[in-house]
Amino acid sequence: MSHTELRAAPHQHSGNDVPVIMRNVVYALLPICVFSVWQYGLSAAALILVVTLACLLAERINNFVSGTASTLSDWSAVITGILLALTLPPSFPLWMGAVAGLSAIWLGKSLFGGLGQNPFNPALIGRAFVQAAFPTAISTWVPAFSLNRFAGFIPTTLTAPFMLPPDIKHWIKLQGLDAFTGATPLARWKFENVAASAMEFLTGQVTACAGETSAILILLCGLYLAVRKFLDWRIPVAVMGSVTLLSWFFHLAQPARYPSPSFMLLSGGLMLGAWFMATDMASSPITPRGIWLYGALIGILTVMIRYFGGLTEGVMYAILIANATAPLLDQFNQPRVLGAKGSKS
Amino acid sequence: MRPISENLNCGLQSSIDMSSFFKKRVATFEHGIHPDYHKETGSLPIQRLPFAPKLYVPLSQHVGKPAIAIVRVGQEVLRGEVIAKADGMFSLPIHAPATGIVEAILPVPSDSGAMEMAIIIRVYQADGQEIRVRNPQNLDGLTGVALAMIMQQIGVAGKGGAVFPTHAKLIPPNGCVIDTLIVNGSECEPFLTCDHRIMVERAQHIMTGIDFARRVCGAPRAIIGVEDNKPDAIAALTAALPGDGSVTVKVVETKYPQGAAETLTYTLLGREVPVGKRSSSIGVVMNNVMTMAYVGKLLPLGEGMTERVVTVAGPAVDRPGNYIVPLGTPLHFLLDSVGAKSRAKEVILGGPMMGIAIASLDTPVTKGVCGVLAFGKKDDTEQRTYPCIHCGKCVKACPKKLNPTQMGMLAAKREYELMADQFFLAECFECGCCSYVCPSHIPLVQQFRVAKSFLKDRKTAA
Repeated sequence: MSHTELRAAPHQHSGNDVPVIMRNVVYALLPICVFSVWQYGLSAAALILVVTLACLLAERINNFVSGTASTLSDWSAVITGILLALTLPPSFPLWMGAVAGLSAIWLGKSLFGGLGQNPFNPALIGRAFVQAAFPTAISTWVPAFSLNRFAGFIPTTLTAPFMLPPDIKHWIKLQGLDAFTGATPLARWKFENVAASAMEFLTGQVTACAGETSAILILLCGLYLAVRKFLDWRIPVAVMGSVTLLSWFFHLAQPARYPSPSFMLLSGGLMLGAWFMATDMASSPITPRGIWLYGALIGILTVMIRYFGGLTEGVMYAILIANATAPLLDQFNQPRVLGAKGSKS
Repeated sequence: MRPISENLNCGLQSSIDMSSFFKKRVATFEHGIHPDYHKETGSLPIQRLPFAPKLYVPLSQHVGKPAIAIVRVGQEVLRGEVIAKADGMFSLPIHAPATGIVEAILPVPSDSGAMEMAIIIRVYQADGQEIRVRNPQNLDGLTGVALAMIMQQIGVAGKGGAVFPTHAKLIPPNGCVIDTLIVNGSECEPFLTCDHRIMVERAQHIMTGIDFARRVCGAPRAIIGVEDNKPDAIAALTAALPGDGSVTVKVVETKYPQGAAETLTYTLLGREVPVGKRSSSIGVVMNNVMTMAYVGKLLPLGEGMTERVVTVAGPAVDRPGNYIVPLGTPLHFLLDSVGAKSRAKEVILGGPMMGIAIASLDTPVTKGVCGVLAFGKKDDTEQRTYPCIHCGKCVKACPKKLNPTQMGMLAAKREYELMADQFFLAECFECGCCSYVCPSHIPLVQQFRVAKSFLKDRKTAA
């Protein structure tokens, strides 16, 4: 033994480091991406690819400007990219998707110091940015399972940069889907008082964002991460629990006016938000009570925005607002140290 | 035969912890971790290690005042003879671990990194090395401090790692009534199996030791807490229990750090040690099974502590196992004897979670060394550190329910007072769970150690 290695205890590690966690989240998102591509075809695939590449590019430019080593290998920018793409309509123009990706990383993450420092979920920051910047494009919906989805792109996809997308009403008619209404289930409920059935949601036969139509698949992918302990199961349970309770209460009071809890759980971005967005580690609390309150807050805000707000969908703003409260929730809910005051003995 | 449950633990618990899902609920504490246990040596009987040509016997092998050497250079010493006497009540005598000649009294390396004064004995290789000096005394009817004074003479200190002089630990502080003696058989550190083997092979010594310990501390009952990955130990102890029911064996969940004082007390009794106080304040005194086994073996004979059982294991060890090692045996001799010296790159005294990496193989085995682990070149030498991603895994792992995330962030800003004043820094017993789970490889425990010593230094300076 010529020289000994001196390290501080512990000398053993769980082996689950940052890239392992992040890579597993990416694995868990891949089935959702595949389902989305199967539903919407080439356009969805191109959108996921472009948004993710934009996020990676933004991250790499940061490294270059700040003179630090590449942080692409921690996989976190990939997660932001995929999540962001899954919240955008499949017909979203690619150049706008790239803008969303760049703003997600720069405004949502780099501005605050990079990995682990973001107070808000970066993907949702990107989504909020393009919602404000491109209000028409982000509320233009196309039917799922159109026959030619693997033969070509949706016309809006290849819009030239800095141009507005063309009107696609005529194109949609050509797809031969008469039943298509061009509105998401939440919008149909809000403006036409028609609630989609649970079956329609489960099979993906609804109009929505690329990653919002497959509640069961999202649930399964989320469960995989929960079992592997790569996400905190308490957050999605608290979100879904509070949504169920609150909407059930409203539904019981006025069944004609308020839809059933199953509609509230399966529609919109709730599943994706609860399992993959709200669980973003950097922007969620870490103290036990804080975590439950945070999840419940997201659920309550979502129901409130959907019921009483001007928007059809509330998950994004609910999570962003709850993100803002996370540090405070931690501050006021510090765990009781073993043996500290208030103990049993 | 290796117990089946142990095989299960190695494979399953590291990846997905479903085994606990189907198991019967056993007593446990909240939080903690399930590391890879590597307890392969638990099935190997204890063997005796030969005597090294030279033994380095430090004067301070326990917490408290070092012993005072009473031999001079050139003097012949007999195995079992007192070579250094206790300096007051909170100290222990040192006995000659081998028959030989005192070659020098000089400083040798210790696990703390500092040099410690030690008596160097050149061992008579031709000698049979029987115990030559014993001082048996009549123990009938002795209790309390009177018995503790005799216990001090055999020189036993806590074998779990804290090396508190056992007789001093057993005497209840003024005003405290001890109702339970907890005997710690929850050897939760990975790799270590010396307590396990002691429970299997020396259950009778443990019972005798418990009897003496209860006579000193006055506890009407004793509970032996053993993790459920040691079924043979549980069986051996149960078979040796006294008939009056005053001593019981309680099976607890295999989880790290089950064997820490705070967690085992909580697991067995549901009592929390109040912040800033000792377990005696809630009527509990805790001793390790090996401590009890040595008290039970040595006290009736009036024999001094000259050796202990040590687990020698790790990937760089050819013949891992549990060995009876004479105190003062230098590590280079120990590692040579088990075929490890050439490959060993990192040598740890204790377990992999709380053990100390040592800088010199001249460091001797002392009363508190429960394991010697040797690792070869590690692949992950250059572990990349990432920023804290605020995942909260450390909060979920901390058995004391501290907030390591918050403390780590404060430590990075050198806000040590804030850590102590608002986040209970002093309550951290450095089990290492937070560093173990940290996906960013942030050395949290090390930061807390630095913070504690910084505050301690400043307090001494003030």
